[in-house]
Amino acid sequence: MDKSLKWRFLLLVVVVAVSVLYLIPSFVKVPSWWEGTFPSEKISLGLDLQGGMHLILEVETEKALSNTVDRMISDLSDLLFNERIPFDKIERVGSDKLTLELLNTSFQDKLNKLLKDRFPNLDKLRYDEKEGIALYTLGLRTEDKEYLKQFAVDQGLETIRNRIDEFGVSEPTIQKQGNDRILIQLPGIKDSKRALALIGKTALLEFKIVNDDYDVKKAIAGEMPPDSEVLYSKRENRETGETTNEPYLVKKTTALTGEHLQTARVNFDQFNEAYVTISFDTLGAKIFERITRENVKKRLAIILDNNVYSAPVIREPIAGGRASIEGRFTTEEARDLAIVLRAGSLPAPVKILEQRTVGPSLGQDSIRTGIRSCLIAGAAVFIFMAAYYLLSGLIANAALFLNMMIIMAALAAFRASLTLPGIAGIVLTIGMAVDANVLIFERIREELRAGKTPRASVDAGYSRAMSAIIDSNVTTIIAALFLFQFGTGPIKGFAVTLTIGLTASVFTAVVCTRIVYDYFLSKRRIKKLSI
Amino acid sequence: MELFKSTMNIDFIGKIKWALLFSIALMAISVISLLVKGGPRYGLDFEGGTLVQVKFSKEVDIGAVRDAVSGLNIENVSVQEFGEKGTHEFIIGMKKTTEELEGIADTVRETLQSRFGAESMEIRRIEIVGPKVGQDLRKKATLAIIFSLIGMLIYIWWRFELRFGVGGVLCLFHDVTITVGALSIFNKPIDLIIVAALLTIVGYSINDTIVVCDRIRENLKKMSHKGLPEIINVSINQTFSRTILTNLTVIIVLFSLYFLGGEVIHDFAFSLLVGCFFGTYSTIYIAGPLVIYWEKIFPAKRRR
Repeated sequence: MDKSLKWRFLLLVVVVAVSVLYLIPSFVKVPSWWEGTFPSEKISLGLDLQGGMHLILEVETEKALSNTVDRMISDLSDLLFNERIPFDKIERVGSDKLTLELLNTSFQDKLNKLLKDRFPNLDKLRYDEKEGIALYTLGLRTEDKEYLKQFAVDQGLETIRNRIDEFGVSEPTIQKQGNDRILIQLPGIKDSKRALALIGKTALLEFKIVNDDYDVKKAIAGEMPPDSEVLYSKRENRETGETTNEPYLVKKTTALTGEHLQTARVNFDQFNEAYVTISFDTLGAKIFERITRENVKKRLAIILDNNVYSAPVIREPIAGGRASIEGRFTTEEARDLAIVLRAGSLPAPVKILEQRTVGPSLGQDSIRTGIRSCLIAGAAVFIFMAAYYLLSGLIANAALFLNMMIIMAALAAFRASLTLPGIAGIVLTIGMAVDANVLIFERIREELRAGKTPRASVDAGYSRAMSAIIDSNVTTIIAALFLFQFGTGPIKGFAVTLTIGLTASVFTAVVCTRIVYDYFLSKRRIKKLSI
Repeated sequence: MELFKSTMNIDFIGKIKWALLFSIALMAISVISLLVKGGPRYGLDFEGGTLVQVKFSKEVDIGAVRDAVSGLNIENVSVQEFGEKGTHEFIIGMKKTTEELEGIADTVRETLQSRFGAESMEIRRIEIVGPKVGQDLRKKATLAIIFSLIGMLIYIWWRFELRFGVGGVLCLFHDVTITVGALSIFNKPIDLIIVAALLTIVGYSINDTIVVCDRIRENLKKMSHKGLPEIINVSINQTFSRTILTNLTVIIVLFSLYFLGGEVIHDFAFSLLVGCFFGTYSTIYIAGPLVIYWEKIFPAKRRR
C-alpha cells in the first residue's frame, strides 16, 4: 500500500508538471530557448472566438465533365473537317455524352478508326442508322468520369490553396470534405466579400476573336452564325452603381486560354487606373503571336469567366507574349485578379454551400461571457462542495481545479481549438466531474453510518462507487463521440472539451483524491474524516 | 451538511401509476405542441437561410431596421433584437436562400449602411447555410441521436441486463421528447448547438439511471429474499441523495451558463436545464418502475 501510494503520488506530480509545461506558452511569452525543448503550442481559438470566415464549397464536378466534352467536340469537329469526313450536328447531350451525325455511312470505318485512335476514352453508347445518315451517341467512360471529377476537386483545392497563400492569411485550413466539397477556414478575415470573390472565382481566362462580319443585334435576334456566340461586357459604374451590358459577337473557338500564363502583375496607366499585365510562357507566346498574326485588324476579346473585359483591335502581330487586361479596376480588385490569374483557374466552378463569418468584436464578447460563466459556475460548485463535504469537499475542489488544468493543457497539446460551445463543455464538466466525488463521498458516509472505521469506509467507498463512475462516464463519452463525428467546428469543440474533461475526471476525482485520503489515513493515522 | 436523512424511505414504487400518468401527459403535450406547430421549428443550421447580425453604436429603433430591410423585397425576413437591452444589436434572418448565397447578405449590409451610415454600425456575424447543407445536417443530427440511443442500450445491456437497458433508453426517449416539446412550446429554434445539448442529455441523463441500476444489482444479491419492487424502492432511496446532489451541481453550472453565457449559449443551457430536470425525475420515478413492468411482461427465467 505504501509503495503504491508513492507511485501514485509520482504520477500526480508528473501529470501536474506536464500540464503546466503545456499551459505556459498560452499564458506567458516564452523565451527562445524554450521552443524546441519544451512544448510551445498555444491554445488556439476557434473561428467563433477569434473571428474569421468558415466556408464550405461544392465543386460542380458535372461542369468539369461538360467542359471536357465541349473540348472534345471542338477537337473532333476540327479533326473531321481536316479528314474530310462529312458530318453534321455534333453536340453535347447532358454533361457526359455527345451526338454526331455522319452524313455518309460509307465513311463509317474511317470514323470508327479515328475515334478509336484519337478518342480512346469515348465509349460508343448508341448507333442508329436512318436514310443513309448514321447517328452516333458517344459518352465518357465511367472510370474517366470518376477521374475527371476527382481531378476537378483536387485541382480546385490546390488552386484555392495557392490563391489563399498569395492573399496572405495566417493559419488557414483548406481541406477536402466528402467527395466534392472543400472546407475553408480563414481566421481573422475581415472583408468576407473580397475573400469570397478571390476564392470563388473560376478565373477562366480566354482569348477569342470578335466576329465583326455579322451584326451583333441580328445575332441576338436569332440570326446567329453557327461558329459564333454572344458574350457580354458587364460593367459597373463606380459612382452611380449602374451596370451596363455591352454585347460582343465572338467566335466559339477559344484561341488561347490562361493555361499558358506565366505571370500576372498590377500596373497603373497615366490616369492612375489599375490594370493587370500578363505574360505567357514560351508556348503561349508562340500561340499568341500566331493568333495575332492571323487576325491583324480584327478585334481580340479578352474574356474572364464569360465576361468580356476588353476587345482591342490587333494592329500588328504581337511577339513576346504580353497582354494587358483593363476593366476599370480598383487597386484592390486588380491585385486580387492578378493573384487569381497567377494561381490558375478552377477546373470547375464552385458553389458556396455554407458561409459563416464572425467579426472579431463578437468573438471578444463571447470569450468574455464564456469566461465569466465559467468562473461563476466554478465558484458556485466550489462553495457548494466545501460547504457540503467540508475538508473532503476541498479535496474534490482541488481535483476539479486540476481537471480544468488538464483540459486546457490537452487542448494545447492536441492543437484542438477552443470554441464557445467548447467553453460551455468546460463549464458542464465542472458540474459533471464532481459527480464521481459525490458518488464516492455519499458511499463513504453510508459506510461510516454502518459503523465502519474511516479507513474501511474510504476503501469501500472508492471500490463500490468505481463501477458506477466508469459506467456513467463511458455513456457520456459515447454520446460525445457521436456528437464529434456529426458536428461541425464549434460543436466539435464542445465534444472535445467534454470528452477530455470527463476522461480526466476519472483520474482527478478518483485517483488523485484517493492519494490524499491514503496519505492522511496511513501516514498521519487520523481517526476522523471531515466529510 | 446533510440534505437528506439516511433513514429516508419514500415509497416511490407506490406512486408508479401517477408517475407514469404524469409522464405520458407531459409527452403528449410535447407531441401535441409539435403537431400543432407542424413539426419542430428548425433554426438556420437545419433549415438553411441567411442571418446577419448587426450592432449599432447609436440608438436605433427596431422599427427602423425592419423598415429598411422590408424595402428589399426579400421573402420571410425577420428582425429581432439580440442580447441585452441597450446594446442596439439586431439579428436579421432570412429563410430563403437563392443560388447565389452571398448576394442576400451583401444586399442587406449595403442597405443598412446607406440607411444608417457605415461608421455607426458593425456587421458582427453573417451566416449563410444552403438548403442542401441544412438537409444533410438534419439527417446527420437525427441519425446521431438515434445511434447514440442505440449505443446506450447496447452498453447497458452489456454491462447490466436487457431489462435495465430498455428501461434506461425509454427514460432517455422520455427526457429528449419532453426537451424537444419544451423547445417547441417556447418557440425556440432547433440548431446544431441544441442537438449538442440533446446528445449531452442522452449521455448524461443515463448516468443516474446507471447508478440506480448499479445499486439494484448490488441489492439483488444482498436481499435475495425480498421482491423486486421492494429492492428497487430501497435502491432508489439509497441513491436518492446522490441523484439530487450531482444534478444540483450540474443545474448550478447550467444556471450560470443560462444567465451569463451569452445569447448563443442561452437556448443550449435552456435545453440542458429541461433535460436534466426531467432526467432526474425520470431516474427516480420512471426507470425503476419500467423494470418492474418489463418483469411482468417478460418474467426472468432465473431469479438472482
